[in-house]
Amino acid sequence: MGRMSADGAVSHARPLFMSGNEAVAWGARLARPQVIAAYPITPQTVVIERLSEWVAEGLLDSEFLHVESEHSALSACMGASALGARSFTATSSQGLLYMAECLHYASGGRFPIVMMNANRALALPWNIYGDQQDSLAVLSSGWIQIYIEDAQEALDMSIQAFAIAEHAEVLTPVMLNLDGFVLTHTYEPVEVPGQEDVDVFLPSFRTPSKMDLEAPTNMGFTAGPAHYTEFKVQQHRAMLRASQVAAQVDEAFGQRFGRCYGGGVVPYRCGDADLVLVTLGSVAGLVRGVVDDLRAGGVAAGMLKLRFLRPFPEREIVQALSGARAVGVLEKDVSFGNAGAVFSDVASTLASTTIRPALLNFVAGLGGRDISRDDVERMFDELRAACVQAPGERVRFVNVQESRDG
Amino acid sequence: MSKPFVRPFVRPPSPDAYPVGPCFTAGHLVETNAAWRSERPVFTLARCTGCLRCMLACPDGAVLRSKAAVEVDYDFCKGCGICARECVAKAIQMTSEGSEETEESKDGSNVR
Repeated sequence: MGRMSADGAVSHARPLFMSGNEAVAWGARLARPQVIAAYPITPQTVVIERLSEWVAEGLLDSEFLHVESEHSALSACMGASALGARSFTATSSQGLLYMAECLHYASGGRFPIVMMNANRALALPWNIYGDQQDSLAVLSSGWIQIYIEDAQEALDMSIQAFAIAEHAEVLTPVMLNLDGFVLTHTYEPVEVPGQEDVDVFLPSFRTPSKMDLEAPTNMGFTAGPAHYTEFKVQQHRAMLRASQVAAQVDEAFGQRFGRCYGGGVVPYRCGDADLVLVTLGSVAGLVRGVVDDLRAGGVAAGMLKLRFLRPFPEREIVQALSGARAVGVLEKDVSFGNAGAVFSDVASTLASTTIRPALLNFVAGLGGRDISRDDVERMFDELRAACVQAPGERVRFVNVQESRDG
Repeated sequence: MSKPFVRPFVRPPSPDAYPVGPCFTAGHLVETNAAWRSERPVFTLARCTGCLRCMLACPDGAVLRSKAAVEVDYDFCKGCGICARECVAKAIQMTSEGSEETEESKDGSNVR
């Protein structure tokens, strides 16, 4: 475990032992946001606790706004961003949905806010445990969506997120998604970069699009049918450009800190794979292990981890899945009456190509239900079966007991 | 009193050339804004005492001081009728848009 001196300066020769939440807090702290506005919600609470403690102790020079709701939290971040301030918030589940109106406002206003979301189930029934229904419900809100696998990536991406969001070609808010509890509350050794290095990597935010008494601007105005579409086209193009910018930021980060995370996707043993499981978030670690075991047994299995859901990494997905005979999408989400949001996006991407693997959607981990090694092995079994005969039901709820003679 | 400065928005050549934000130069409007008015206030200056109560009451700043006393900026007047209601001298009448103007206004006492 690393040591922290009295003034909070960190010796980064050895890693600190911290949770995913604390890793996000550290990343946010090192990014030096001028304004933090947030409302605590399980399982995000520790992020806010750490940041507010550091502000109170004078270790972080930031204006911390204890707001009365998530709607206010994001509104306050927008106000700060409109003044050209770097701003950060964090939320989860019901809190994210309470922000829904402001999510679109922030992306349409091109405010480069960074938000951490602890992926958690949605009521009712009430449930505080992890799944991905919350962030996937707001996929179309104009935010860049990144899914994190481990605590080190959580810290590093909290820094990278500002560099992507604030890039002049992007100016789009970023949502960093961490699986509730599985990632937010798991402790891992995490290397904390030095503040001086982060300051060089991430200079302070500068924008001409801000409220300024010396150069007054008209912000957040109306656009009628004659002009509204052009603003949305512009927003869409900025989002698409974020792919390229994210890759540049990741590369620059790697050069300075020695850690890179890849682009929109991270393929694992996909090159010659017949069966590929596409997934996102912390469950990727489990799937990777199963792929290794299957490979040892002679099964050509692979995994495609999606890091970015918006912008959607279409080209990389097509490339990684071009040789697959069966593709499964494992996600902690379902759009009731259709399929999982990730499955729909992957399937529509493949539909515009000549690649025609069998497609299955595995809906698992809802409300925090464990996804076991056996579950993942069975998914690969089902993919193998789908190669030789028509798969039938494409959306499959994993690990649900159903009596046949009920 | 100065009227709002209107500078029409010229359509940029492509979506990329639109203001980012939406955030644009301040200090002017891009269009007039009174299209939903169904009635207009018509002033009979012969009755006007110059008290400026109408100017103070107008929620849109559309009543302006003039040499004659007051005038209405019909580009921004929404036709709410508050000025007519507030006028103690009954010098303001709300008149349907598109109808003939009042008797008094025909003699030119109404200022457009």
